Amino acid sequence: MSSPDLAAPLGTTGPGSAAAGAGAVTPHEPGRLEAHLRERREAGFKLVVPYITGGLGDDWIDTLRAVAAAGADAIEVGIPFSDPVMDGPTIQEASQRSLESGTTPLSILDSLRRVEVEVPIAVMTYYNIVARAGHRRMASELAEAGVSGAILPDLPVDESAPWTAAADEAGVETVLLAAPTTPDERLRLICGRSRGFLYAVGLLGVTGERSELADSALTIARRCKAATDVPVLVGVGVSNAEQARAVCQVADGVVVGSALVRRLLDGAGPEGAAAFVAELRAGVDEA
Amino acid sequence: MSIEKTHDGEPSGAGASGLMGAPGPSGRFGEFGGRFVPESLVPACIGLEEAFADAWADPEYRARLDGLLASYAGRPTPVTECSRLSERLGVRVLLKREDLAHTGSHKINNVLGQALLAERMGKKRLIAETGAGQHGVASATAAALLGLDCVVYMGEVDVERQALNVFRMRLLGAEVRPVSSGSRTLKDAVNDALRDWVASVETTHYCLGSVMGPHPYPYMVRQFQRVVGDEALGQCRALLGGRDPDVVVACIGGGSNAAGTFAGFVDTAAALVGVEAAGGAALGNGLPGVVHGMRSQFLQDEMGQVLEAHSISAGLDYPGIGPEHAYLAAIGRASYHAVDDGEVLQAFQLLARTEGIIPALEPAHAVAWLVRAAASGQLAAGSTALLTMSGRGDKDVEQVMEMLA
Ligand SMILES: Cc1ncc(COP(=O)(O)O)c(C=O)c1O
Repeated sequence: MSSPDLAAPLGTTGPGSAAAGAGAVTPHEPGRLEAHLRERREAGFKLVVPYITGGLGDDWIDTLRAVAAAGADAIEVGIPFSDPVMDGPTIQEASQRSLESGTTPLSILDSLRRVEVEVPIAVMTYYNIVARAGHRRMASELAEAGVSGAILPDLPVDESAPWTAAADEAGVETVLLAAPTTPDERLRLICGRSRGFLYAVGLLGVTGERSELADSALTIARRCKAATDVPVLVGVGVSNAEQARAVCQVADGVVVGSALVRRLLDGAGPEGAAAFVAELRAGVDEA
Repeated sequence: MSIEKTHDGEPSGAGASGLMGAPGPSGRFGEFGGRFVPESLVPACIGLEEAFADAWADPEYRARLDGLLASYAGRPTPVTECSRLSERLGVRVLLKREDLAHTGSHKINNVLGQALLAERMGKKRLIAETGAGQHGVASATAAALLGLDCVVYMGEVDVERQALNVFRMRLLGAEVRPVSSGSRTLKDAVNDALRDWVASVETTHYCLGSVMGPHPYPYMVRQFQRVVGDEALGQCRALLGGRDPDVVVACIGGGSNAAGTFAGFVDTAAALVGVEAAGGAALGNGLPGVVHGMRSQFLQDEMGQVLEAHSISAGLDYPGIGPEHAYLAAIGRASYHAVDDGEVLQAFQLLARTEGIIPALEPAHAVAWLVRAAASGQLAAGSTALLTMSGRGDKDVEQVMEMLA
């Protein structure tokens, strides 16, 4: 999927770029993921980014294609980890099932390398998977597999420099997370260093479906939007089209994980996943 | 004790060796340590670091803690000369008797410190992980004492093999939440405690039970446990005519009783020995990694998936080790060894029969190493060993009874 003409220019910024103020022009050259999301945003769309646990079921690659066709703007692919502390029961179970079927980081990247998907892909995994492989090796393997971005929820901005140096060099965009507890000054630091998009954590808690949208989702979306011009996507606790639409009154888009993964665990398959993503698409398009 | 600050470039409070003072920037011990937690928790960890630095430098807080350690926990704990065991091994053995502390282990030292800190930070709810149940019991105890709510996460396997402690926690008013994910032991209890904390961080203090996790826990817990080593140093010198023991040995789960003990002796000539369970030997068989908020050594596969530890001792059934131990091992100041379940069962009975002390299975690991090292000559005949008897064996008697049947 990463034909050379689409490949991202190398990230150019280091710690010195942290000073992005409210609405500041991005001091970095957007990579493929960010460029694509910005383009969609500028075309007037809200962004839908579904999360799929890599290696969950033999047909997970078909699911990837199906959700892309159903209107996903980018796709988050989870590389399962044995101890996912940011994940609730649904993604824990999906991770465990995937690991039990023999999934490894390399098997996921191998599959991704061989597939054509029209939208950018970001992997979501935990830092130990990256640390074990080695920063440079993981960054170049992601790039070779055509992966545009990486999300590491247990690697906060303060500890991220060694990884982001390698990722920037390989052209992999590191998406950082901002939480409801993040103070303003840290938020500016995070905004200044996030690439691809800014992942605004919608509530205090781990991933999982919630019946109501938390007030904190809109609050964090507003704070992030005021602090950066990078696309702001709210994830964690966004569980259906209605909640996605509500969040998109403020945010640029949503990441939807557990609600989709639960359907996959229940056997929805690629068609069921596509139908759900189409629902989300329709929901935010009404916004 | 000198006042210590955790801020960069300020006095570390370390003694002559420069070891076991405050960690370096962002909680580093050499390359180990750090703070690898979800963003939601970073502000709380920073807040805790500041609150601890502030409290530790506050004479009023220290007096309150020392008062509770004395009048409630029963400190100082004695050092016991083990004549019959010494005769048997040909090595002079002294035990630092944390088994005599209130709640039956060293865990109370750390928990009183953290519970007072939680109170100071205005947090009304404690969460804790527990393996053997000793940290859970200590947390439940401190919560009862200070009128705090307490939830303890415990792997299902441990709920079963440490049933006595589960009942104790419930008697003390704590809620015990069995954890059914992964290996259903200590590692998974930590995962669920972290997940709880991600959601509850504004009202809840995570009372972590060992020298592990994100900064400032490894440092803070070691400071709360250093009372063990600081007391023992003076007690040993009194018993040994001003000399220090040749070797100081303690068992290692996350490493808190060992770290507290070592902190008292790191500036002496004593050899420092940590003893892991053979099935949980993070330093023996682990690889560098980042799990549970810290860079340290972990049992893991070549792809970075954490492996399950296996030990008869619920308290040592953990695939990682505190970062400061990883550092002390890397620079060669302490050495780490592993003993297997069979040796531990032997040592458990040996100490009971020779000294009338039934140890917890965790410190029975340290005894087992001593037996082996004395027999192999690794410990020269006539040398003196201080061993931290980190807890008493009541909780393990039923399990051992079944294993010996
Ligand atoms: C009596 C006793 N000793 C030792 C340990 C291991 O913990 P640490 O290595 O932190 O001292 C435990 C843990 O449950 C324990 O109960």
